[in-house]
Amino acid sequence: MSNPDERIQLLLVDDEQGYVNVLANRLSKRNIIVTKAFNGAQGIQALRKTDFDIALLDLKMEDMDGIEVLKIFKKMYPEMEVIMLTGHGSETAAKEGISHGAFDYLTKPCELDELLEKIYQAYEKRKQTKV
Amino acid sequence: MSFKNENKGDGLINQSYYQSVRRNMIMIVMFISFMPIILISGIVLYHFDRAYHDKVYAYLGELVEKQKQNIDVFLNEKLNKIQFIVRAFSYEQLCNESFLQNILSMLHQSQMSVFVDLGVVDDSGVQVAYAGPYKLLQANYHDADWFKKAIESPYYISDVFLGLRGQPHFIITVRQENFGKYWILRATIDFVTFNNLVENVSIGKTGFAYILNRKFEFQTKPRFDISPLDSPYKSLIDTTTQQIDIDPVFYKDKNNIYVFAYLKNGDWFLVYQQKNSDAFVDLYRAQLIAALIAILGASFAFIIALWVSRRVVSRIARVDQEKEVMNLQIIESGKLASLGELAAGIAHEINNPVAIMVEEAGWISDLLSEEEFKESENLSEFKRALNQINTQGKRCKEITHKLLSFARKTDNREDNMQINELIIDVVGLSEQRSKYEAVSIETHLQENLPLITASMSELQQVFLNLINNAFDAMEKKGGKISISTHQEQDKLVIQLKDNGPGIPHANLVRIFDPFFTTKPVGKGTGLGLSICYGIIQKMKGSIEVQSSVGEGTAFIIKLPIAKENE
Repeated sequence: MSNPDERIQLLLVDDEQGYVNVLANRLSKRNIIVTKAFNGAQGIQALRKTDFDIALLDLKMEDMDGIEVLKIFKKMYPEMEVIMLTGHGSETAAKEGISHGAFDYLTKPCELDELLEKIYQAYEKRKQTKV
Repeated sequence: MSFKNENKGDGLINQSYYQSVRRNMIMIVMFISFMPIILISGIVLYHFDRAYHDKVYAYLGELVEKQKQNIDVFLNEKLNKIQFIVRAFSYEQLCNESFLQNILSMLHQSQMSVFVDLGVVDDSGVQVAYAGPYKLLQANYHDADWFKKAIESPYYISDVFLGLRGQPHFIITVRQENFGKYWILRATIDFVTFNNLVENVSIGKTGFAYILNRKFEFQTKPRFDISPLDSPYKSLIDTTTQQIDIDPVFYKDKNNIYVFAYLKNGDWFLVYQQKNSDAFVDLYRAQLIAALIAILGASFAFIIALWVSRRVVSRIARVDQEKEVMNLQIIESGKLASLGELAAGIAHEINNPVAIMVEEAGWISDLLSEEEFKESENLSEFKRALNQINTQGKRCKEITHKLLSFARKTDNREDNMQINELIIDVVGLSEQRSKYEAVSIETHLQENLPLITASMSELQQVFLNLINNAFDAMEKKGGKISISTHQEQDKLVIQLKDNGPGIPHANLVRIFDPFFTTKPVGKGTGLGLSICYGIIQKMKGSIEVQSSVGEGTAFIIKLPIAKENE
């Protein structure tokens, strides 16, 4: 999966800085290029510069609602797959994200393996649109 | 599930409150239905009474007036006959006994048999000629009352008297002058014929007529034995009047009605007497019927008032009770809802730091797997510690997830849901207590059950209540609760069974009644099961209880399957 020639470009958007930093470290260690964004606006800015393969997007952020950010992402770059992260148990919001084009969702805290599994799945889907 | 019923006396207060409501209702209904009855029947009866009295008076007045005329005509006719005889024939002719006899026979032939005899009396009172059935020739009437009056006036009609013949009779006399001396022609009137004239006046069973003179002596024989001297109307009679054209006079006492009219220049008066009960029989009957109708109507109104008030008050009581239960249910749901909100907030706040902790631990273990640390002597201990952090993180996540799933279900909105999931949640929430009380909870849930439409929080409340009741019943002695679900036609059946002490039959019938509790004062509200009952009823389901003492209790809930399954 983790072929050095095709490293996954991943955008990580969450207002929990501690979480973003540690998760970015761990994912980088697994050969994923992680760009960190600490709120919705930063995420949108980052997407302007780079075509990411995958975005990990928190559902509840201080500046913007995750669903709103998702809608903007999908408008800017529909080929990018978005995995929603939710610290809130509210699965209804996560499910709403799926209806707006998100690939899947995960509840925090989650197992890294589980997250990687989702990322690779999403990347498989992403590769199809790349070709 | 613990709010105290602080108003233990409510039942009693309500009882007297409902009684007073009922009493007021009965009084209002009685008043409303009585007033028109009393007013209408009062007015109608009053007017009817007046009209009927007027009618009876008019009728009796007419009757007496007519009878008075009859009697006056009768007497005048007889008087005219005698006057005619006196004028037509001379004293000498009439003194001839056979002539007098002939006149009497002629009178009898011209249907004047009412004349019993004829007699000529000279001014000394001696009857000088006589024709008739008695031997009264030469009879001396000088000292008789009638003679004194007869010799003083041109004609005279006497009162009834016995006279020399010893039989009741009265006489008509006409005075004439012959050579400066008065003589009198005297005729006796047949008492029986005259009496019939009066006696025939009879109406109803008690009406009769009689004639009295100024001394209140009978001039006719009355149908009933009465004493005219004791008559209540005595003071009304003017015994000195000479007038005869006076309208009949009425007098009514407690028992009788009297009508009288003056006859014979006021010498006599005709009295008609009838018992009130007879004269006013129709009036009294109408009054009786009216009274009966009023009594019947009143009783009917009373019975209706009793019945209606009982129904209305029992309905009010039921509605009050339902409202009270509902209020408490709302309070309870409100508590759950606010608890839910709190739980959601806490869960969210905890999830993020826990996520960071877990990821940081993961990061450390990532770093530890690098070459430089592989030689470290404490590597295995590091790994164990990191594992522990991971495990505890997961535990935190489980707890917050339980809280969150509870919070999600605290709204009362109805949704389609899977009953098994809800039961698993509730069992999860009860796990702590079941460990503490040594009760094992088993579930036998049929898979792939259709969805039901329900409010999560309400159903959660039902099962929490039932499970908590089962815990309470087992009193920390330990035991087993088993929950099973299965489908039965268009219903889902959920059975919750415990092996506690069971419920005595006497309590079983009241178990869903509000405020019924066997728990000590302050421990139970007696509302738990009643709320469960209300919730299940609202969902158009049913809840039943089966129990036998010493073996345990089973609650069986049947819920309709959601329409969207079809």
